[in-house]
Amino acid sequence: MTDTQISAPGAGIGRSGRVALAMRGMHHRLGPVLAVVAALIALWYLAAIPMNAQNSLMLAEREGVALTPATASERRNMSGLALTLAEPSQAVARAFAQDRPRLPSPHQVLAELWDSTVNQNVTSKRSLVRHAGITLAPTLLGFVIGSLAGIALAVGIVHSRLMDLSVMPWAIASQTIPILAIAPMIIVVLNSIGVQGVLPKAIISAYLSFFPVTVGMVKGLRAPSPSDLDLMRTWNASATRTLLSLRLPASLPYLFASLKIAVAAALVGAIVGEFPTGAVSGLGARLLAGSYYGQTVQIWSALFGAAIVAAALVAAIGLAQRVTLKRMGLS
Amino acid sequence: MTVAAHRPARLVPWGLALGGFVLIGVAFLVGWQLALVLAVWLALWAVNVGVAGTTAGTWAAPVLFGLTLLILWELTVRLFNVPGVILPAPTQIAVALAENTNTLRADFVQTVLKGALGGWLIGSTAGIATALLVARSDFLRRGLLPVGNFVAALPIVGTAPILVMWFGFGWESKAAVVVVMVFFPVLVNTVAGLADTTSMQRDLMRTYGASAGQDLRYLRASSALPFVFNGLKIATTLALIGAIVAEFFGSPTFGLGFRISTEVGRLNLPVVWAAIVVAAVTGSLWYGAIAMLEKRLTFWHPSQRGRR
Repeated sequence: MTDTQISAPGAGIGRSGRVALAMRGMHHRLGPVLAVVAALIALWYLAAIPMNAQNSLMLAEREGVALTPATASERRNMSGLALTLAEPSQAVARAFAQDRPRLPSPHQVLAELWDSTVNQNVTSKRSLVRHAGITLAPTLLGFVIGSLAGIALAVGIVHSRLMDLSVMPWAIASQTIPILAIAPMIIVVLNSIGVQGVLPKAIISAYLSFFPVTVGMVKGLRAPSPSDLDLMRTWNASATRTLLSLRLPASLPYLFASLKIAVAAALVGAIVGEFPTGAVSGLGARLLAGSYYGQTVQIWSALFGAAIVAAALVAAIGLAQRVTLKRMGLS
Repeated sequence: MTVAAHRPARLVPWGLALGGFVLIGVAFLVGWQLALVLAVWLALWAVNVGVAGTTAGTWAAPVLFGLTLLILWELTVRLFNVPGVILPAPTQIAVALAENTNTLRADFVQTVLKGALGGWLIGSTAGIATALLVARSDFLRRGLLPVGNFVAALPIVGTAPILVMWFGFGWESKAAVVVVMVFFPVLVNTVAGLADTTSMQRDLMRTYGASAGQDLRYLRASSALPFVFNGLKIATTLALIGAIVAEFFGSPTFGLGFRISTEVGRLNLPVVWAAIVVAAVTGSLWYGAIAMLEKRLTFWHPSQRGRR
């Protein structure tokens, strides 16, 4: 966007030049994105027809509509696609408004999202805002703990050759193992010694956000060029002064990049942390309850709720990144 | 790194050693167990300081660090009588690993070979194939990259209950979760890689009169390779996570995720840890295998040459 000239055609018409340029830039990127999103939604609607065909035809039969494979037993072994081709009108007409569809259509999910956020009191058990808040608390707590610990370890690694040699390979190797697998164990073990509520989930979130931040920050703290470091040395700067005035500012772009990964991982950790104890509230608990009772619309709305929370968290860090880097004159 | 390696290592940090002795003395007032653990830790640390100064330090220091952690873990559990339901000792985990080899092998086949590897292969192939189609259109690329990046940041593990509902409790549903998790990182990386050519290189191909296929084969495929491997490496970890977490929502009576969740319920922690060890070792080896393949195929790339 910055490469667009202020004298570009149409730059100053109507709005202020800067706004117009921003709009043009938006248009340039927004068009393709909207097209792709529209294509995905269309695909989704299309997929809902064969996915729900079995159920659609059962509903039609109950209402006394004559069908070509007449009985349910004949239809059981047919695929959704075959059923759709056999009874296209019924399959299409009834695919998008079922109570418990195999694949709910987008508008059903949106309606449920709207109903469970705007129409519900925040204190109600059906309110998705409440569940999101319950999951958000351990996410943020764990994210803060994990990031601070990660930054501290990275500072140690950069300043101590011994720590660099001995700890760093393990920090990198830990990225290759499925850490999430230990989530149930942490929850149950802490539960057995009487620690419940926010803390166990926060520990999982902290653990998941710890390593990305460590690895990213080590890279960032080493980002200053040798000539910059030499300059600090000619000024007889102490290690602390070099850290505060050179290494930390230089590491910020790396820090923000890894914070984005870390906050997304922290949310996944908090959600998965709700699975093993059969928690009753939180986004993960909604997913679990939905899968127990076959409430597909509820699962999908919880999933989209989680997606919105994740997007908001990443966007918040992106905003902080832009503001900070702009004030530092780096972008 | 290279600059630091030439710096002469400090011989013996006497101040630190004195501080260590004082610390052990204070710890002795609390309890001899604590003093012993601290003494062992400081001794091993001192050895590690010595090792780090030698040329063998690059591999000996991390190994020694890992050993130190294991020894301290074992000592702490034994000296303080930590109950096995909270934290089993490494030796207990090793015993559990040896006793349950057959169970864990069946779990490994179910979760890793069928669920994770199957899903990883399908998802990566689909991701790369889609990327090859998308890369031909600038419009699609500009639309798909932001969407793909967005989706890659979402908690996709959450689709597990839906996919288990669709594909049943067998390994197929786990593979499906893995496909969904793996697809977007591979797609986004491959698309970015296929676009990572300079206008100079593209112009050269055009002056040669290269067809789209030749352009892809001789220019874009090789420029995309480092990116593709990056995506594949991210995907290995995601694949294992997906296959394990999906088993929490329903599975046959074997599989690593099933093993972890049921044995946790029975507070049989050594077996849980054994299953985690299997998952961790698998993850590292798988990642290592892809990294080695990357080294073989993209030896010309600056990131690979710089490592020597």
